[in-house]
This record gives sequence, C-alpha cells and structure tokens, in this order.
Amino acid sequence: MYNYTILIPLIPLVIFLVTGLLGMKWKPIISGLLGTTGLGISWVLSVMTAITYFFGSHHEGAFETIIPFEKLWLTFSETLQIKMGVLLDPISVMMLVVVTTISFMVHIYSLGYMHGEKGFQRFYAFLSLFTFSMLGLVIATNIFQMYIFWELVGVSSFLLIGFYYQKPSAVAASKKAFIVTRFADFGFLIGILILSFITKTFDFAKLTNPDGAVFANAAGMSFMGISVMTWAMVLVFMGGAGKSAMFPLHIWLPDAMEGPTPVSALIHAATMVVAGVYLVARLFVVYHFQAPDALEIIAYVGGFTSLFAAVIAITQHDIKRVLAFSTLSQLGYMMLSLGVSGYGGEEGLGYMASMFHLFTHAMFKALLFLAAGSIIHAVHSNYMYEMGGLRKYLPITHITFLIACLTIAGVPPLSGFFSKDEILVAAFNHNKILFGVEFLVAGLTAFYMFRLYFNIFWGKDRHYHHTPHESPLTMTIPLMFLAFASIFSGFLPFHSMVTSDKMHFDTHLHLAVAVPSVLIGLIGIAFAWLLYKKESKVPEKLAKQFGILYTATYNKFYIDEIYLFVTKKIIFNYISRPVAWFDRHIVDAFMVGIGTVTEKISYRIKGMQSGQLQHYAFMFVAGVLILALVLVYYI
Amino acid sequence: MIEGIPIQHFLIVSTIMFFIGIAGFIMRRNLITILMAIELILNSVNINFVIFNRYLYPDQLQGHFFAIFVVGIAAAEASVAIALIINIYRKLKNIDVENVNELRY
Repeated sequence: MYNYTILIPLIPLVIFLVTGLLGMKWKPIISGLLGTTGLGISWVLSVMTAITYFFGSHHEGAFETIIPFEKLWLTFSETLQIKMGVLLDPISVMMLVVVTTISFMVHIYSLGYMHGEKGFQRFYAFLSLFTFSMLGLVIATNIFQMYIFWELVGVSSFLLIGFYYQKPSAVAASKKAFIVTRFADFGFLIGILILSFITKTFDFAKLTNPDGAVFANAAGMSFMGISVMTWAMVLVFMGGAGKSAMFPLHIWLPDAMEGPTPVSALIHAATMVVAGVYLVARLFVVYHFQAPDALEIIAYVGGFTSLFAAVIAITQHDIKRVLAFSTLSQLGYMMLSLGVSGYGGEEGLGYMASMFHLFTHAMFKALLFLAAGSIIHAVHSNYMYEMGGLRKYLPITHITFLIACLTIAGVPPLSGFFSKDEILVAAFNHNKILFGVEFLVAGLTAFYMFRLYFNIFWGKDRHYHHTPHESPLTMTIPLMFLAFASIFSGFLPFHSMVTSDKMHFDTHLHLAVAVPSVLIGLIGIAFAWLLYKKESKVPEKLAKQFGILYTATYNKFYIDEIYLFVTKKIIFNYISRPVAWFDRHIVDAFMVGIGTVTEKISYRIKGMQSGQLQHYAFMFVAGVLILALVLVYYI
Repeated sequence: MIEGIPIQHFLIVSTIMFFIGIAGFIMRRNLITILMAIELILNSVNINFVIFNRYLYPDQLQGHFFAIFVVGIAAAEASVAIALIINIYRKLKNIDVENVNELRY
C-alpha cells in the first residue's frame, strides 16, 4: 500500500546525480525546472502518504508503525546488521510533509532568487542532495541509518553555506558549521555505540517499544555514579543539540546565514535544524522510560537556549541574524516541550505540542526567511538600518511578512498561537520556572519580530540604489502559499495525529495560560510599535542606558570569543603545541635520522662499486674463502 | 674404481685447476683469457662430479650426466660471451676488462 514511499527520497537522489553530473552541459534553467518538478512529485507523494496514513482508514486505536520497505545493507556479523528502509509513523509522515513542502517552495523560490547566479546548477544539485538526505533521515528505520543521513545533511549544509565559496566569510562559516556539528556528532556516535551495545539492536521498532525489554541488560549498570542509559541518551542528545544548535553548540547557526537565503529558509530554519528535535522525539520513549534525567537536561537546555537567543535577537541589526536567533529560540521551545512531556494521553501534551510547533514553525519561519530574501533581493542589503518604508514598494512581501510576524508572536487564531499555547500549557503543568522563562520569551519574541517588521516596512525611506520593486512571481507564490499555511495549519488536529503513544486525546484551550500569553505577545508588539514605528532616538537612548549589558548582548555574550579563546589560547598553546613538538622532534626526528644515517654510510662506501669486474670477483672469492674458513674452523 | 689411483690425486688436480682458473679470472686483463679461465673452473668442477660419481656410487650415472650438462651450458655461455666480447671490441677497439667499467655509482 505504501510501496511508493521509497520514491520520495529516491527522486531527489536521482535528480542530484543527473544535475550534478550533466548540469553544466545544460542551460541553467533546465536544472532548476528539473529539480522543481522532481520535488513537486515527491511533495505530491508525501501529501498522498500523509492523507492515506492519517485519514484514509479510520483508526480507532493507535496509529501503527509501518515499514513498507527494508533492505539489508551491511552485514558485519550475525547480530550487527545495518538496514536501510522506510519507516512510517505519525512523526515521520508529518516530517515528510514538512520537508517536501518547504523544499518544494524553496525550489520554486530559488528559480527567481538565484536567477543569473553563477553556479545555478550546482545550487540545485545541492538542494536535491540535501532534500534526499533529510528525507532519508526522517524515514530511517534504525538509528544507524539515521546517523548516516544525519552526516549527509551535515555535508549538504556545509556545501550550501559555502555556496559563495569566493567569499572568505562564507567559507569560514561553512567550516564552522561543519566542525561544530561534527564535534557534536561525535557524542551522538558514542551514544549510538553504547545504546546498541546494551540493546544489541539498532531498530527503532525495538528501541521504542514502551515495555523496554531490550534494556534489561542496562539495569544497574552505571558509570561515575550515573546510569549508563542516562550517559547514552545524554550523548545522543549532544548530537541533537549540535544539529539543532542548542546552547552552547549554537554558535554555528548565526554564521550559517552566509549561505544564500533560500538555503537559510530550507536548512537553517525549517528542516535540518529540527533534526535534533526529531531525534529526541523519535527516541522519546527511551528518554522517558530509561533516562528521565536526560529528559530533564533537555528541558533546561531548551529553556535556556530559547531565552538566551531571544535576548540576543533584540539587539542584532542583520535581519537574517535576527531570524537565526529567533530560530534558535523557537528550537529551544520545541526541546523544552519534549523535555517536560510525559507519556500517553494528556501527559504527552508536551510531545504533541513540540511536534505541532515544529510543523507550524517550519511554515512561518520558512516564510520569514523567504520574505527576508525577497527584501534583500529588493534593497541589496542585510542591515535593517539601511531599510525603511518598504511597505509601499513590496506589498506582497509586506503582507506575508506581517502574517508571519503575527504568527510567531502567537496572535490568535494564527497557527503559532495554537502550538505555542500547547507548549506553554505543557510547561505550566510540569515546571513553573520553565513556564516563566517561556512566558517571558513569548513577549520577547513578539517584541523583536515587530522591531524587525517596523524597521523594515515603516519609518522613512532610505537612500536605495534603485527604487525597490516587488519580486517576481516565482518568489511571491511560495510566500503566499506559506502565508496560507501559517494561517491555517493551526487548525490541524495534531492531538489526534501526532501523539506520544500514537493514540488520540482531547485538548482544549487553557484560558488561564492562553490569555496571558496572548497579552504578553501584544505588549511586546506594542513596545515595538512605540519604539520603532516612527524614527526616534529612544532605542539608542535605551541602548545607552543598558550600557555594558547592551554591548554584551550585541556581541552575543561573547560566546564566539570564548570558543576562540579556549581553542586558540588554551588548546592550541597547551595541548597542540607540545604534541606538535613531540611529533616534530621525536617521531619525525627518528624517521629522518634513519634516513640520514643510511645516506651518510652509503656516501662513504659508494666507491666500492667501481665498475671493475675483477674487483667484484676478488671480493666474492675472498668472501667465500673467509666464510669457508670460518665454517670449517669455528663451527 | 680406477686401479691404483686413489681419489685424492684427482681431487688435487681439480683443486689446482680451480685455483688456476680463479687466479686467471682475477688477474688477466684480456677478456678472452678470462673466458678461458672460466672454462678451467667449470672443468675442474666437472672432474669432481665424475670422480665422486665413479668412486662413491659406481652403479649410478647422475654425476656423469651433470658433467655433460655443464659442458653443454659452458658451450652456450662461451658463445654468448664471445658475442659480447665482439661487441665490446667494436665499441672500444680493445677487449681490456679494465675499460669495461661504465656500470658504477
């Protein structure tokens, strides 16, 4: 019934190979159209899958986990086998829809945005590679397959951030992103090894069985006073934190904005960065039953990241960086929501809310980025102080951007309101401190988004190189589609589709949480309106008032500098230097010494090779005689 | 068994021949003479083969056959060596072994 699902990732793979190998022989636009058409087919298939899965046959009980395709890929031993397959369950089906929708929109958008760029074909080839990897990741049937695709998305992210490879800052950003996420994946790999060592399996089907039979071995095993399962799951989370840019591994995401804007929308807002959230959701049963402490850590890391990023977002001037920090903050929300979730029914509200927010966030954040791309396309600048009064010139971008801002600020009845409300309720039920943090962040979010909005679209006109004009249809159609999705996706019945135990449960609006959260959002908007609607000196004065606090925030709390200090000053000086010295003066010197001695000796004795036959004969005979004498008289 | 002649006599003859050959090989300058010295060495060995065969295993023939092989190989070797010497002569206009020293460090 679901046999066609294997085509969903395979189509982008084929397109990647074809455009990658032959793209340069074609007109650029052919690559673009081919990629877009292919992705369109994948998108249709995914939506079809989702409809058949969620609505086709009416489910009384739980949604089943279906594996329509699975193939043995590598066999290391009888027990250690790696399979590749397709796994369909509520979250993977939902992710299929998210990934293909956003990717399809970005493909269409890039036809306009990247038009005339050098390397257009390369861009489309990489987009297809990324989509393939991401789809492979979400449908992984086992943790090892997930890890393989996990690395593949890392590579495609690296390639796309460094798309403008002649720009040193883009090269540096792509390296940074790759190294930081790779460092985190190291933890993920160790986590996988521990997990599979204990359970002797990679399959999600066995790992996430609520009875926990495969973890029988782990009982009582501990390391440094902490149970082995907690270690394993924290290490797995480390990988997720790297990809989802949780504090303190978040440093790569703002820099990743060096990539083309559609890439930021696809990879660094909607899909790849939620891979970490997806990973935790995928292994949620394991976290909840085997390592509740790890789940607690996840909740706090998520909460801290969301607050931290929201504060930084207020002070940034580069519109894409504001959006990047906003993404961080929203990812923090999702992580926190998973962290405070229980299992089954109402208890699992956090899980459902997290997935719900993942979905709505993908739509509105992709919209924000694409709209930002449209703005950058019009004014050729990333900085908001070079923008102003754009509402007259970019009507469609203006309206869609406003919708996205209202959505992320949680204004009802837009989708962000519903998902954020569920998260706040889940946090409220579980942990009052985290609820307080998230409540505050909701206000901050509204404030910085509308600071952005008013700065860009209101205020007085700046001096532009040419009159800004609305982007072509290829760019505005995705904006309109995503705006539509941002408005209405909140009405999707997630509580009967994507839940922790795959069973339906009833949710209702908690007015005690919803009303204050909407109010704080409106207060945030009002503040932004007061400060930024008209040109005024107030924001600068406020910045002066806060003084050092403002400077610290503007510089992202110097986290990058701390990293540089630790790596350059401490690790390079006190670890790498002695190691390099040892390598150069002991290991290398030994090898070089052998060579030098051989050379010196052979230089001395080379005269013995005289070319005189009779010398050789004499030496030979003399040698034989001496040997004969030795053998006769001494042995 | 050859009547009245003990094996040592033959061995002394072959040893003397062998060392004459070695001395000729090392000391002579003329390539043809060196070739002749090699023949001496080979023939001294042939004497040993035949004599040991005759004295130790009179009813077997391996030693004799080996000697015949050596004679055959020596003939072939001589022809190759003389061909080489002719070419050396054409190139250098003499056949002094000391002039053939191109192949060195």
